[in-house]
Amino acid sequence: MTWSELLLMRHEWALIGLALVLIMLEIGISDEQKNRIHVVACLLMAAITLFGFWPAESGKIFGGMYITDPLRVLMKNILNAGVLIIFLQSSVWLGKAGMKNRMTEFYLLLVSSLIGVNYLISAGHFLMFYIGLELLTIPIAALAAYEQYQSKSAEAGIKLILSSAFSSAILLFGLSMLYGAIGNLYFTDFSLTDSLLTILGFIFFFSGLAFKISIVPFHLWTADVYEGSPTNVTSYLSVISKGSAVFVLVILLFTLFRTIQPVWQAVLYATAILTMTIGNLFAIRQQNLKRFLAFSSIAQAGFILLGVIHGGSLGMASVVYFVLVYVFSNLAAFGVVQAVEQATGKLNIDDYNGFYNTNPRLSLTMMLALFSLAGIPPLAGFFGKFFLFTAVAESGFYTLLLIAVLNTVIALYYYLLVVKAMFINKSELPVPVIASDGAMRISLLLAVTGILVLGFYSPVFDYINELCKTF
Amino acid sequence: MIDQVPLSHVLSVSSLMFFIGAYGFLTRKNLVTMLIGVELMLNAVNINFVAFDRYLYPSGINGHFFALFIIAIAAAEAAVAIAIFINLYRNIRSIDVEEVDKMKY
Repeated sequence: MTWSELLLMRHEWALIGLALVLIMLEIGISDEQKNRIHVVACLLMAAITLFGFWPAESGKIFGGMYITDPLRVLMKNILNAGVLIIFLQSSVWLGKAGMKNRMTEFYLLLVSSLIGVNYLISAGHFLMFYIGLELLTIPIAALAAYEQYQSKSAEAGIKLILSSAFSSAILLFGLSMLYGAIGNLYFTDFSLTDSLLTILGFIFFFSGLAFKISIVPFHLWTADVYEGSPTNVTSYLSVISKGSAVFVLVILLFTLFRTIQPVWQAVLYATAILTMTIGNLFAIRQQNLKRFLAFSSIAQAGFILLGVIHGGSLGMASVVYFVLVYVFSNLAAFGVVQAVEQATGKLNIDDYNGFYNTNPRLSLTMMLALFSLAGIPPLAGFFGKFFLFTAVAESGFYTLLLIAVLNTVIALYYYLLVVKAMFINKSELPVPVIASDGAMRISLLLAVTGILVLGFYSPVFDYINELCKTF
Repeated sequence: MIDQVPLSHVLSVSSLMFFIGAYGFLTRKNLVTMLIGVELMLNAVNINFVAFDRYLYPSGINGHFFALFIIAIAAAEAAVAIAIFINLYRNIRSIDVEEVDKMKY
């Protein structure tokens, strides 16, 4: 292996380096200086994110087990940027008494999970795929149970680890059938034929992956885990974990499972309708904001499937663009929820009554985030949904398109409920004025800039579209 | 000797094991037993991989390697899961899944 081949894996090397630096710091630093770990982690993560945008080459290493190309690098960069925002948002929570001496664990587990994400996206062999998937999930289960004196947190951890173990068992059962049909696990010469065994294997495989994206028949763990986990872990689950699973689903469906496209289109057609509708209908009746965002993220996953069902380069580009927008919008919303939760402990929508009078900037951020999630025109979320709908229309599923548009209206209703609570409803006891710290401000600024810039600056989508055409 | 057992018999055993594991996972009340159900499912997958390797593709060892990695990762998963169970036990003095119901629809 030569030096240039090693450099193809630079995202992973950088993250492994960050993990090692964090371990060394944990050993060498005294308890009073633990705050420095937060600063170091944020700065290094920012450097890694920027370094990731270095022009990428395509290539394969380890005999084809690891594949990289500009599109995969872009996917990794999107998720790295998301993790940077989550790091910035976690400072207040980790600085609390009782949390401070365990601060490094949080960063270490999050970074190892991110390494899993990177390997998952770059997998060129199903073994790498499986290891990446487990490396992504297991640290997050430990993080969901991070608040050790709250039984809700442990409950979330249990629900996450058991459902993810169950889902990966289903996924592997499907994979073993596919292996039986083909006799090969490399992505390069994985040529499926349209036999009963492959279709059965695919259904099992897809069900396992659907757990991670929380597509509807497999979504039952989502709301509970999102509610019980610490808010930062929830945002990681809803953005990075789901985003990476979507990316890998797109890559697999568009390359390996291309030969059985009619089968997966039928599967996606049904699940997309179910996911959008059930996610939206359950989101309406939620009072807890974390549960609310959980169901909203289930509905968003349904919209993502609209782009996947297209099966061509436009569909792929719209999915990548939508996830990019979704990362920023959702992290802005979770950032505000986190800031309010850390200052007051309040999480219900009713608690946000009169929020605008006391915290105008935070409520404007929340409004932009929710409008972007709902898809209001000048914001990025509108264009995300617009491209997804274009993809569905191009593939000719007009009934599906109609259902999706109706669902957008339902979604607008419940997003506006929160906005109404913040701006119109009066409250005797509004949330007091919150002075968020510098890191939180930077993270919200980054997220809002993302929402606005991606909406107004069209070359981003053109760039993604070009990459997807050559994929 | 093993060649006298056809592949379909091995696959029947593994499928049966998989669904017994899934049934156990879905019906048991004790969290540790639920974990055992998952292990049963993973072992069914291992049998599948090794059997396909032995009967259909005897020249390759892809399936054997996959089975080894599944065993290793299942152990890691079980370790984290049991750590979380212990944490839950310290909080609510029980590992009955019926007690884990703080959050519901």
